[in-house]
Amino acid sequence: MSISEATIDSMIGGLSLPMTTLATLKDDVMKVGVTKKELEEIIERVMADYEYACVEPCEAVGVVSAQSIGEPGTQMTMRTFHYAGVAEINVTLGLPRLIEIVDARKTPSTPMMTVALEEGYATDRDLARKIAWEIEATHIAHLADVTTDLANMNLVVDLNEKMLIQRDVAVDDVAEKLGEELGVSVKVSSAVNNQIIVQPNEPSYRELLQLAKKIHTITLKGIEGIKRVVIRKDGEEYTLYTEGSVLKEVLHIEGVDITRTSTNNIGEIYEVFGIEAARNSIIKEASDTLREQGLTVDIRHIMLVSDIMTCDGEVKQIGRHGISGEKASVFARAAFEVTVNHLLDAGMRGDIDELNGVTENIIVGQPIKLGTGDVHLVARNPLKDSGEQ
Amino acid sequence: MSKFSLLDHELIPNHEIMDDDELRTVLKHFNVEREQLPKIKVTDPIAQEIDAMPGDVVKITRKSQTAGEALYYRYVME
Repeated sequence: MSISEATIDSMIGGLSLPMTTLATLKDDVMKVGVTKKELEEIIERVMADYEYACVEPCEAVGVVSAQSIGEPGTQMTMRTFHYAGVAEINVTLGLPRLIEIVDARKTPSTPMMTVALEEGYATDRDLARKIAWEIEATHIAHLADVTTDLANMNLVVDLNEKMLIQRDVAVDDVAEKLGEELGVSVKVSSAVNNQIIVQPNEPSYRELLQLAKKIHTITLKGIEGIKRVVIRKDGEEYTLYTEGSVLKEVLHIEGVDITRTSTNNIGEIYEVFGIEAARNSIIKEASDTLREQGLTVDIRHIMLVSDIMTCDGEVKQIGRHGISGEKASVFARAAFEVTVNHLLDAGMRGDIDELNGVTENIIVGQPIKLGTGDVHLVARNPLKDSGEQ
Repeated sequence: MSKFSLLDHELIPNHEIMDDDELRTVLKHFNVEREQLPKIKVTDPIAQEIDAMPGDVVKITRKSQTAGEALYYRYVME
């Protein structure tokens, strides 16, 4: 009695339903086994329900979204720092993080990268460790003790052999790099093992002290700006988590799986991966932040926010310098922030407010153009009609 | 580094430049001009990857958590 898969496909194929709904519908119909007539009725009901669930025209989705995100926001903790599962790496969470996301800050207060590794590297702890050292910035303080020798007017760098082996750096490389960056004579000592002598160009105290300061800022190995790398085993794979974020550089390191590597810095994602990735990243970061606090916000609200933030091809903040500041209406802008400036500027320019939006109409005390307020009734006057005939 | 396409990244949905016929149907369906669509900059890494020119419209096939798959259109601007 029940109909074949091909018939079901052809019957539901042309429906304007989302893919997930179609898939569920098909699965359920196949499981139960229905007749053609039954399926027709099912389709009819599903379509009616779908239409009922859709947002109606003139519905204020923005306001609904704002409230749906804002209300849970009031319950978020003000606690800024938290160790979020990831070993020892401190990430901003809660309200401060959410504010950071919607403000589209150039750099978050705690940038962090998740670096996935390619096959072969991902299951080998030693290889993973090696990549970690490639990424983590190595400074002279990690490798050596630097002492200022005032008698001979030079800096003595005593390298720790254990650290050199661990970080896979050679003494000559360190000397070369130091010479390059400092622009002074750097010699590997012949008398003592693993010792480097840095000689200032002029034998002055000022010069020597400056050198002693500057030597600590040089990145000998790794990527500048990555303070720490933590290796963690997720299931079968080793994944690297970094404190500090320099996505562009990390993508060039061999063994890094570019397709699964990302950062919590949305501005950086936008620059490297483009606007669509930035949109996805806003959705991911915002919903993760809310979920971590135990708050459930429907993803559609967050999607709306990130769509608005990215609709002009760049990441704009929700606020005075972004979405709210670009509204066409003078009143709507004035209602948000810096009221007097907006009104004054508009007055000087002779701007006209068409009173099309919600905010403007509330300010002047008119019904807003939403729901029933947006429908105009046009009635024919029967008396007048008959009188004319 | 092995050659890889940015489009393989898990955060990046598929982008393709639309041909005129398809574009006309879409614009008619939404009853808009192409300039009224959301924008993508010509300097965007993905726009450069697929060689989009200003004036093109890019069709984006997003993976959506609610709908499974969702289509989005962006107008390429300078």
